[in-house]
Amino acid sequence: MIAALIFVISIATLLQFFVSYCRSVIAGYTKQELSLQGREITGIENRIVRAEEFQRLLQLLGLCPEPGTDASDIRAVRAYFKLLSLARKAVGRLAPAVADWAERERRTCAYFAAVALDRRIAYSRELMTQQISNV
Amino acid sequence: MLGPTDYLLWFLTAFLEAGAVVCALRAKCFGRYFVLGVYMAAAFLLTAGRYIVFLHFGFSSDQYLYFYYYSDALLTICLYFALMGLYFQVFGEMGAKTSLRVAAMLLLAGTALVSYFIIDSSRDRMITRFVVELSQNLYFVGVVLTYLLWGAMLKLRETRTRLIQLVLALGVYFSAFAGCYALRNLHPEWQIWRYVSHLMAIWLPVAWSYTFLKIPEEARLATARLAATRSR
Repeated sequence: MIAALIFVISIATLLQFFVSYCRSVIAGYTKQELSLQGREITGIENRIVRAEEFQRLLQLLGLCPEPGTDASDIRAVRAYFKLLSLARKAVGRLAPAVADWAERERRTCAYFAAVALDRRIAYSRELMTQQISNV
Repeated sequence: MLGPTDYLLWFLTAFLEAGAVVCALRAKCFGRYFVLGVYMAAAFLLTAGRYIVFLHFGFSSDQYLYFYYYSDALLTICLYFALMGLYFQVFGEMGAKTSLRVAAMLLLAGTALVSYFIIDSSRDRMITRFVVELSQNLYFVGVVLTYLLWGAMLKLRETRTRLIQLVLALGVYFSAFAGCYALRNLHPEWQIWRYVSHLMAIWLPVAWSYTFLKIPEEARLATARLAATRSR
Protein backbone atom coordinates (compact mmCIF):
# COMPACT_ATOMS: atom_id res chain seq x y z
CA MET A 1 0.00 0.00 0.00
CA ILE A 2 2.79 2.44 0.99
CA ALA A 3 4.80 1.44 -2.10
CA ALA A 4 1.78 2.04 -4.36
CA LEU A 5 1.23 5.48 -2.80
CA ILE A 6 4.92 6.38 -3.20
CA PHE A 7 4.76 5.24 -6.83
CA VAL A 8 1.76 7.44 -7.67
CA ILE A 9 3.17 10.53 -5.92
CA SER A 10 6.60 10.02 -7.51
CA ILE A 11 5.16 9.82 -11.02
CA ALA A 12 3.16 13.00 -10.43
CA THR A 13 6.24 14.91 -9.18
CA LEU A 14 8.38 13.41 -11.96
CA LEU A 15 6.05 14.90 -14.58
CA GLN A 16 6.03 18.29 -12.82
CA PHE A 17 9.81 18.44 -12.52
CA PHE A 18 10.34 17.26 -16.09
CA VAL A 19 7.91 19.80 -17.57
CA SER A 20 9.52 22.61 -15.54
CA TYR A 21 12.99 21.44 -16.59
CA CYS A 22 12.04 21.47 -20.27
CA ARG A 23 10.48 24.91 -19.85
CA SER A 24 13.73 26.17 -18.33
CA VAL A 25 15.62 24.95 -21.43
CA ILE A 26 13.08 26.55 -23.77
CA ALA A 27 12.86 29.81 -21.78
CA GLY A 28 16.30 30.95 -22.92
CA TYR A 29 15.03 30.97 -26.50
CA THR A 30 11.45 32.21 -26.11
CA LYS A 31 12.62 35.51 -24.61
CA GLN A 32 14.09 36.35 -28.01
CA GLU A 33 12.13 37.99 -30.83
CA LEU A 34 12.56 36.65 -34.36
CA SER A 35 14.62 38.80 -36.71
CA LEU A 36 13.11 40.16 -39.91
CA GLN A 37 15.08 37.70 -42.00
CA GLY A 38 14.04 34.82 -39.73
CA ARG A 39 10.39 35.82 -40.19
CA GLU A 40 10.76 35.94 -43.96
CA ILE A 41 12.38 32.51 -44.17
CA THR A 42 10.02 30.74 -41.76
CA GLY A 43 6.91 32.62 -42.91
CA ILE A 44 6.05 33.40 -39.29
CA GLU A 45 4.34 36.74 -38.78
CA ASN A 46 4.22 37.09 -35.00
CA ARG A 47 5.16 35.15 -31.84
CA ILE A 48 2.38 32.59 -32.32
CA VAL A 49 3.63 29.58 -34.26
CA ARG A 50 1.41 26.59 -35.04
CA ALA A 51 2.54 23.38 -33.34
CA GLU A 52 2.39 21.60 -36.72
CA GLU A 53 5.24 23.85 -37.91
CA PHE A 54 7.65 22.19 -35.45
CA GLN A 55 8.71 19.35 -37.77
CA ARG A 56 9.13 21.69 -40.76
CA LEU A 57 11.27 24.05 -38.69
CA LEU A 58 13.39 21.12 -37.52
CA GLN A 59 13.94 20.10 -41.15
CA LEU A 60 15.05 23.64 -41.96
CA LEU A 61 17.35 23.56 -38.92
CA GLY A 62 18.96 20.42 -40.36
CA LEU A 63 19.91 22.37 -43.50
CA CYS A 64 21.87 25.03 -41.59
CA PRO A 65 25.45 24.59 -40.40
CA GLU A 66 25.63 23.77 -36.69
CA PRO A 67 27.27 26.35 -34.44
CA GLY A 68 27.85 23.48 -31.96
CA THR A 69 25.95 25.11 -29.11
CA ASP A 70 22.31 24.18 -29.61
CA ALA A 71 22.25 20.49 -30.58
CA SER A 72 21.54 19.23 -27.04
CA ASP A 73 18.80 21.84 -26.55
CA ILE A 74 17.13 20.77 -29.79
CA ARG A 75 17.32 17.09 -28.83
CA ALA A 76 15.77 17.80 -25.40
CA VAL A 77 12.95 19.92 -26.85
CA ARG A 78 12.27 17.37 -29.58
CA ALA A 79 11.83 14.70 -26.86
CA TYR A 80 9.57 17.06 -24.90
CA PHE A 81 7.50 17.77 -28.03
CA LYS A 82 7.05 14.02 -28.64
CA LEU A 83 5.98 13.52 -25.02
CA LEU A 84 3.45 16.35 -25.31
CA SER A 85 2.07 14.95 -28.58
CA LEU A 86 1.71 11.56 -26.91
CA ALA A 87 -0.04 13.08 -23.89
CA ARG A 88 -2.36 15.05 -26.16
CA LYS A 89 -3.34 11.94 -28.09
CA ALA A 90 -3.63 9.72 -25.01
CA VAL A 91 -5.79 11.91 -22.78
CA GLY A 92 -7.15 14.45 -25.29
CA ARG A 93 -10.69 13.08 -25.27
CA LEU A 94 -10.85 12.37 -21.55
CA ALA A 95 -9.35 15.65 -20.37
CA PRO A 96 -9.69 18.51 -22.88
CA ALA A 97 -7.93 20.90 -20.44
CA VAL A 98 -4.79 18.73 -20.59
CA ALA A 99 -5.03 18.61 -24.38
CA ASP A 100 -5.25 22.43 -24.52
CA TRP A 101 -2.28 22.78 -22.20
CA ALA A 102 -0.25 20.30 -24.28
CA GLU A 103 -1.14 22.22 -27.44
CA ARG A 104 0.07 25.52 -25.89
CA GLU A 105 3.32 23.82 -24.88
CA ARG A 106 3.73 22.38 -28.38
CA ARG A 107 3.33 25.88 -29.82
CA THR A 108 6.07 27.11 -27.47
CA CYS A 109 8.29 24.26 -28.71
CA ALA A 110 7.58 25.40 -32.29
CA TYR A 111 8.57 28.98 -31.38
CA PHE A 112 11.75 27.58 -29.80
CA ALA A 113 12.55 25.85 -33.12
CA ALA A 114 11.93 29.11 -35.02
CA VAL A 115 14.34 31.02 -32.75
CA ALA A 116 16.94 28.23 -33.01
CA LEU A 117 16.63 28.47 -36.81
CA ASP A 118 16.96 32.25 -36.63
CA ARG A 119 20.17 31.89 -34.61
CA ARG A 120 21.59 29.37 -37.07
CA ILE A 121 20.79 31.64 -40.00
CA ALA A 122 22.61 34.49 -38.22
CA TYR A 123 25.55 32.14 -37.62
CA SER A 124 25.62 31.10 -41.31
CA ARG A 125 25.64 34.76 -42.37
CA GLU A 126 28.51 35.44 -40.00
CA LEU A 127 30.45 32.50 -41.43
CA MET A 128 29.83 33.72 -44.97
CA THR A 129 30.93 37.26 -44.10
CA GLN A 130 34.14 35.89 -42.58
CA GLN A 131 34.85 33.79 -45.68
CA ILE A 132 34.25 36.75 -48.00
CA SER A 133 36.53 38.99 -45.92
CA ASN A 134 39.25 36.28 -45.98
CA VAL A 135 39.09 36.10 -49.80
CA MET B 1 24.26 -13.23 -17.42
CA LEU B 2 25.01 -9.73 -18.60
CA GLY B 3 24.64 -8.80 -22.27
CA PRO B 4 26.40 -6.10 -24.32
CA THR B 5 23.65 -3.59 -23.43
CA ASP B 6 24.42 -4.00 -19.71
CA TYR B 7 28.12 -3.41 -20.27
CA LEU B 8 27.45 -0.45 -22.55
CA LEU B 9 25.14 1.21 -20.01
CA TRP B 10 27.58 0.47 -17.20
CA PHE B 11 30.57 2.07 -18.94
CA LEU B 12 28.44 4.94 -20.23
CA THR B 13 27.25 5.72 -16.68
CA ALA B 14 30.81 5.74 -15.33
CA PHE B 15 32.00 7.88 -18.24
CA LEU B 16 29.20 10.42 -17.78
CA GLU B 17 29.69 10.63 -14.01
CA ALA B 18 33.38 11.38 -14.48
CA GLY B 19 32.40 13.75 -17.31
CA ALA B 20 30.13 15.76 -14.98
CA VAL B 21 33.07 16.38 -12.62
CA VAL B 22 35.24 17.45 -15.57
CA CYS B 23 32.47 19.78 -16.84
CA ALA B 24 32.17 21.42 -13.38
CA LEU B 25 35.95 21.94 -13.33
CA ARG B 26 35.97 23.25 -16.90
CA ALA B 27 33.16 25.69 -16.17
CA LYS B 28 35.15 26.81 -13.11
CA CYS B 29 32.18 26.21 -10.80
CA PHE B 30 33.44 23.15 -8.92
CA GLY B 31 34.03 25.21 -5.77
CA ARG B 32 30.61 26.83 -5.86
CA TYR B 33 28.85 23.47 -6.33
CA PHE B 34 31.43 21.47 -4.38
CA VAL B 35 28.97 18.96 -2.83
CA LEU B 36 27.48 18.18 -6.24
CA GLY B 37 30.96 17.56 -7.64
CA VAL B 38 31.85 15.33 -4.69
CA TYR B 39 28.63 13.37 -5.20
CA MET B 40 29.46 12.79 -8.88
CA ALA B 41 33.00 11.71 -7.99
CA ALA B 42 31.61 9.29 -5.37
CA ALA B 43 29.10 7.96 -7.90
CA PHE B 44 31.93 7.33 -10.39
CA LEU B 45 34.05 5.53 -7.77
CA LEU B 46 31.15 3.35 -6.64
CA THR B 47 30.22 2.51 -10.25
CA ALA B 48 33.84 1.41 -10.76
CA GLY B 49 33.71 -0.45 -7.43
CA ARG B 50 30.57 -2.32 -8.49
CA TYR B 51 32.32 -3.40 -11.68
CA ILE B 52 35.32 -4.72 -9.72
CA VAL B 53 33.04 -6.65 -7.32
CA PHE B 54 31.14 -8.00 -10.33
CA LEU B 55 34.39 -9.18 -11.98
CA HIS B 56 35.52 -10.97 -8.80
CA PHE B 57 32.28 -12.51 -7.60
CA GLY B 58 29.80 -12.48 -10.52
CA PHE B 59 26.49 -10.73 -11.06
CA SER B 60 24.30 -13.21 -9.15
CA SER B 61 26.59 -13.43 -6.11
CA ASP B 62 25.55 -12.28 -2.64
CA GLN B 63 28.65 -10.07 -2.49
CA TYR B 64 27.59 -8.14 -5.58
CA LEU B 65 23.99 -7.90 -4.37
CA TYR B 66 25.03 -6.51 -0.99
CA PHE B 67 27.62 -4.17 -2.47
CA TYR B 68 25.11 -2.86 -5.02
CA TYR B 69 22.33 -2.08 -2.56
CA TYR B 70 24.52 -0.74 0.23
CA SER B 71 26.52 1.45 -2.14
CA ASP B 72 23.20 2.69 -3.54
CA ALA B 73 22.00 3.62 -0.03
CA LEU B 74 25.36 5.33 0.58
CA LEU B 75 25.04 7.27 -2.68
CA THR B 76 21.52 8.35 -1.78
CA ILE B 77 22.85 9.71 1.51
CA CYS B 78 25.57 11.56 -0.46
CA LEU B 79 22.82 12.93 -2.67
CA TYR B 80 21.11 14.24 0.47
CA PHE B 81 24.22 16.26 1.15
CA ALA B 82 24.17 17.49 -2.45
CA LEU B 83 20.56 18.54 -1.95
CA MET B 84 21.53 20.29 1.28
CA GLY B 85 24.21 22.12 -0.71
CA LEU B 86 21.46 23.39 -3.02
CA TYR B 87 19.37 24.39 0.02
CA PHE B 88 22.34 26.39 1.29
CA GLN B 89 22.64 28.11 -2.10
CA VAL B 90 18.98 29.18 -1.94
CA PHE B 91 18.72 30.01 1.76
CA GLY B 92 22.39 30.87 2.42
CA GLU B 93 21.81 34.60 2.36
CA MET B 94 18.98 34.29 4.90
CA GLY B 95 21.28 32.97 7.65
CA ALA B 96 19.44 29.65 8.07
CA LYS B 97 22.41 27.33 7.56
CA THR B 98 22.54 25.85 11.10
CA SER B 99 18.81 25.13 11.27
CA LEU B 100 18.98 23.52 7.82
CA ARG B 101 21.88 21.30 8.88
CA VAL B 102 20.07 20.09 12.02
CA ALA B 103 16.80 19.50 10.14
CA ALA B 104 18.60 17.51 7.41
CA MET B 105 20.39 15.26 9.92
CA LEU B 106 17.20 14.62 11.90
CA LEU B 107 15.31 13.76 8.72
CA LEU B 108 18.00 11.38 7.51
CA ALA B 109 18.23 9.58 10.87
CA GLY B 110 14.43 9.46 11.10
CA THR B 111 14.05 7.89 7.64
CA ALA B 112 16.66 5.21 8.40
CA LEU B 113 15.02 4.41 11.74
CA VAL B 114 11.49 4.19 10.32
CA SER B 115 12.73 1.90 7.50
CA TYR B 116 14.54 -0.30 10.06
CA PHE B 117 11.49 -0.63 12.32
CA ILE B 118 9.22 -1.48 9.38
CA ILE B 119 11.50 -4.35 8.36
CA ASP B 120 12.26 -5.39 11.94
CA SER B 121 8.57 -6.02 12.45
CA SER B 122 8.72 -8.72 9.72
CA ARG B 123 11.89 -10.63 10.57
CA ASP B 124 11.24 -13.46 8.12
CA ARG B 125 12.26 -11.23 5.20
CA MET B 126 15.83 -10.86 3.91
CA ILE B 127 18.21 -8.05 4.89
CA THR B 128 18.41 -6.96 1.22
CA ARG B 129 14.70 -6.31 1.42
CA PHE B 130 15.53 -3.74 4.08
CA VAL B 131 17.97 -2.02 1.73
CA VAL B 132 15.42 -1.88 -1.12
CA GLU B 133 12.86 -0.45 1.28
CA LEU B 134 15.41 1.97 2.74
CA SER B 135 16.38 3.16 -0.76
CA GLN B 136 12.73 3.61 -1.71
CA ASN B 137 12.11 5.67 1.45
CA LEU B 138 15.32 7.69 1.09
CA TYR B 139 14.51 8.53 -2.53
CA PHE B 140 10.98 9.45 -1.57
CA VAL B 141 12.16 11.77 1.21
CA GLY B 142 14.51 13.20 -1.43
CA VAL B 143 11.49 13.85 -3.68
CA VAL B 144 9.68 15.63 -0.85
CA LEU B 145 12.75 17.72 0.05
CA THR B 146 13.40 18.68 -3.58
CA TYR B 147 9.73 19.55 -4.03
CA LEU B 148 9.86 21.77 -0.93
CA LEU B 149 13.01 23.44 -2.24
CA TRP B 150 11.42 24.02 -5.64
CA GLY B 151 8.31 25.45 -3.95
CA ALA B 152 10.51 27.80 -1.88
CA MET B 153 12.38 28.86 -5.03
CA LEU B 154 9.09 29.71 -6.73
CA LYS B 155 7.94 31.63 -3.66
CA LEU B 156 11.25 33.49 -3.29
CA ARG B 157 11.30 34.17 -7.05
CA GLU B 158 14.73 32.64 -7.44
CA THR B 159 16.15 33.71 -10.81
CA ARG B 160 19.53 31.94 -11.09
CA THR B 161 19.02 29.69 -14.14
CA ARG B 162 21.90 27.37 -13.25
CA LEU B 163 20.55 26.74 -9.76
CA ILE B 164 17.01 26.25 -11.10
CA GLN B 165 18.16 23.64 -13.62
CA LEU B 166 20.31 21.79 -11.07
CA VAL B 167 17.36 21.53 -8.68
CA LEU B 168 14.88 20.48 -11.37
CA ALA B 169 17.25 17.83 -12.73
CA LEU B 170 17.67 16.46 -9.20
CA GLY B 171 13.88 16.45 -8.79
CA VAL B 172 13.48 14.37 -11.97
CA TYR B 173 16.16 11.95 -10.75
CA PHE B 174 14.75 11.50 -7.24
CA SER B 175 11.17 11.08 -8.51
CA ALA B 176 12.19 8.56 -11.17
CA PHE B 177 14.16 6.44 -8.70
CA ALA B 178 11.54 6.65 -5.93
CA GLY B 179 8.85 5.55 -8.40
CA CYS B 180 11.08 2.80 -9.77
CA TYR B 181 11.95 1.42 -6.33
CA ALA B 182 8.30 1.54 -5.26
CA LEU B 183 7.28 -0.44 -8.34
CA ARG B 184 10.16 -2.82 -7.72
CA ASN B 185 8.82 -3.38 -4.21
CA LEU B 186 5.45 -4.22 -5.73
CA HIS B 187 6.86 -6.42 -8.53
CA PRO B 188 10.33 -7.72 -7.54
CA GLU B 189 10.17 -10.42 -10.23
CA TRP B 190 10.38 -7.99 -13.17
CA GLN B 191 13.83 -8.16 -14.83
CA ILE B 192 13.53 -4.82 -16.62
CA TRP B 193 14.68 -2.92 -13.49
CA ARG B 194 18.28 -3.58 -14.32
CA TYR B 195 18.05 -1.51 -17.53
CA VAL B 196 15.66 1.10 -16.15
CA SER B 197 17.91 1.94 -13.18
CA HIS B 198 20.95 2.24 -15.50
CA LEU B 199 19.04 4.51 -17.87
CA MET B 200 17.85 6.70 -15.01
CA ALA B 201 21.35 6.90 -13.56
CA ILE B 202 22.47 8.47 -16.86
CA TRP B 203 20.01 11.38 -16.50
CA LEU B 204 21.64 13.24 -13.60
CA PRO B 205 25.24 13.44 -14.93
CA VAL B 206 23.95 14.41 -18.39
CA ALA B 207 21.64 17.14 -17.04
CA TRP B 208 24.23 18.53 -14.62
CA SER B 209 27.01 18.48 -17.24
CA TYR B 210 24.71 20.37 -19.62
CA THR B 211 23.93 22.97 -16.93
CA PHE B 212 27.58 23.43 -15.92
CA LEU B 213 28.74 23.82 -19.51
CA LYS B 214 25.86 25.65 -21.20
CA ILE B 215 24.34 27.87 -18.53
CA PRO B 216 26.55 30.73 -17.36
CA GLU B 217 26.44 31.59 -13.64
CA GLU B 218 25.05 35.04 -14.40
CA ALA B 219 22.10 33.74 -16.50
CA ARG B 220 18.73 34.71 -15.04
CA LEU B 221 15.21 33.42 -15.57
CA ALA B 222 11.75 34.25 -14.24
CA THR B 223 10.85 31.20 -12.12
CA ALA B 224 7.10 31.83 -12.41
CA ARG B 225 7.34 30.94 -16.14
CA LEU B 226 8.48 27.42 -15.26
CA ALA B 227 5.76 26.17 -12.89
CA ALA B 228 4.32 23.09 -14.61
CA THR B 229 0.70 23.98 -13.86
CA ARG B 230 1.00 27.52 -15.17
CA SER B 231 -0.18 28.29 -18.70
CA ARG B 232 1.80 30.72 -20.80
